[in-house]
Amino acid sequence: MANTHAQTIRAFIVGRHPQAELTDDQDIFSLGFINSLFAMELVMFIEKEFGVSLPNDELRIDNFRTVSSMAELVERRLAGAVSA
Amino acid sequence: MTTALPTLDRSAVRSFVDAHVVPEADRWDRAGAIPEEFLARLTEAGLWAPFLPPEVGGAGLDMRGLGAVHEEIGRGCSSVRSLLTVHTMVSWAVQRWGSDAQRERWLPDLAAGRVLGAFCLSEPGAGSDAVGITTTATAHGGGWLLSGVKKWITNGARADLFLVFARNGSGISAFLVPRTAPGVRVEPIHDMLGTRASMLAEVAFDEVLLGPDALVGPSGFASGMVLSGVLDLGRYSVAAGSVGIVQACLDASAGYAAQRTVGGAPLSELQLIRAKLSDMVTDVRAARLLCEEAGRLKDAGDSATIMATWVAKYFASTAAARHATEAVQIHGALGCAPGSPTARFYRDAKVMEIIEGSSEIQRITIADEAFRQDYGRTPEDQR
Ligand SMILES: Cc1cc2nc3c(=O)[nH]c(=O)nc-3n(C[C@H](O)[C@H](O)[C@H](O)COP(=O)(O)OP(=O)(O)OC[C@H]3O[C@@H](n4cnc5c(N)ncnc54)[C@H](O)[C@@H]3O)c2cc1C
Repeated sequence: MANTHAQTIRAFIVGRHPQAELTDDQDIFSLGFINSLFAMELVMFIEKEFGVSLPNDELRIDNFRTVSSMAELVERRLAGAVSA
Repeated sequence: MTTALPTLDRSAVRSFVDAHVVPEADRWDRAGAIPEEFLARLTEAGLWAPFLPPEVGGAGLDMRGLGAVHEEIGRGCSSVRSLLTVHTMVSWAVQRWGSDAQRERWLPDLAAGRVLGAFCLSEPGAGSDAVGITTTATAHGGGWLLSGVKKWITNGARADLFLVFARNGSGISAFLVPRTAPGVRVEPIHDMLGTRASMLAEVAFDEVLLGPDALVGPSGFASGMVLSGVLDLGRYSVAAGSVGIVQACLDASAGYAAQRTVGGAPLSELQLIRAKLSDMVTDVRAARLLCEEAGRLKDAGDSATIMATWVAKYFASTAAARHATEAVQIHGALGCAPGSPTARFYRDAKVMEIIEGSSEIQRITIADEAFRQDYGRTPEDQR
């Protein structure tokens, strides 16, 4: 599951930065992709695409550093929503 | 007389504006303030923050509906719309990013208009470049110590609650500051070019002591999202208000052209005048559709709303400035006369090109769209 989440998230980011090549483990902050507008678009995208909500305490840089860490965040929120 | 609106749809708000705003707007403009009596009317009509959920006293209005409300108010008076805009920004920030305690503390009062909000970002030394703000919030005894000066604060002279953006370490965070907090000083700014009744002020924060519950939203990298989100909503409101200005210019110009004769013929038969009116008719519809698209995407939680809102604001504000100039032209000397509504639209429209991302910033930002995949297509086309 986390794999397809990662693909979806990577497709969104690359759609915004078509010239870039991006692996799932690259630090997107070090690539200079993230400004506050893009960060907000990313959060909105994840919430809508996966039907999860991201409360303030999940909006930590480590959750957004790589495509993989975002996919894991989504997994975790989906699991939480089911068990809650 | 009761002014409670039966519904908050466009036609109810339109009648409210025609009855209570249009006849007074020029008087407010000259007085440089919206009277308390009318603020109470807005409260009674439920217009301060109708998008808030019914649980806290809002009407649960969606963003498309909110855009229509702000367009209608903006058609009557951009100063009143400005008050609604900044109040909306503060209310939304608490609703979207606030803790449960902050929501309980503030939302019912914000929904009811018992507490009026203002948005404090700009400073004497920093406007477009928000990163350049120098107001600081320093951790202090479990809370915060806030110091700095904010300028050009709409409703600053009247508001009860300030949403203040301050440097907090390396990021910019948002803080809720009651006007009554010791160390808050408000200095009204009179005689602005436009939106003259929007009660601007300079607001100084001199070592204002705040509790831990003053910080709104996440800290760290995500704190900038609070600012981006609040500005996005402000931009949406200004876009809608600008559509209202174009509509008002069109109404005034068509009415005047039909009735004024030059050389024995009504103005409305002159080709050059008809050309101006054609462009107004076209642009008001285009601008309204762009706003509706941005609102629809907001309601869907679609991140494409951010760019759609930039585009709507850029188009609508520049259309408002262009057509307000032409509306004055069509009215001739009367357009320049004291108390002329078209003169007010002209001055107010200029402000729309400066606030919530000036036209220059819009043009720099919207260009990003050109370098994205599927640029220029609406989100529907991409699916
Ligand atoms: C009536 C009114 C109400 C306002 N209400 C509020 C409020 O409630 N709260 C608040 O925080 N602020 C408010 N403001 C301030 C407003 O947000 C700022 O005026 C706006 O952000 C622009 O900043 P500035 O005036 O400092 O211009 P500057 O940032 O100094 O810019 C000056 C000029 O340079 C242009 N420019 C800037 N950067 C670039 C660039 N990179 N490339 C090319 N051109 C550039 C600008 O577009 C502008 O034309 C209000 C202003 C007005 C006039």
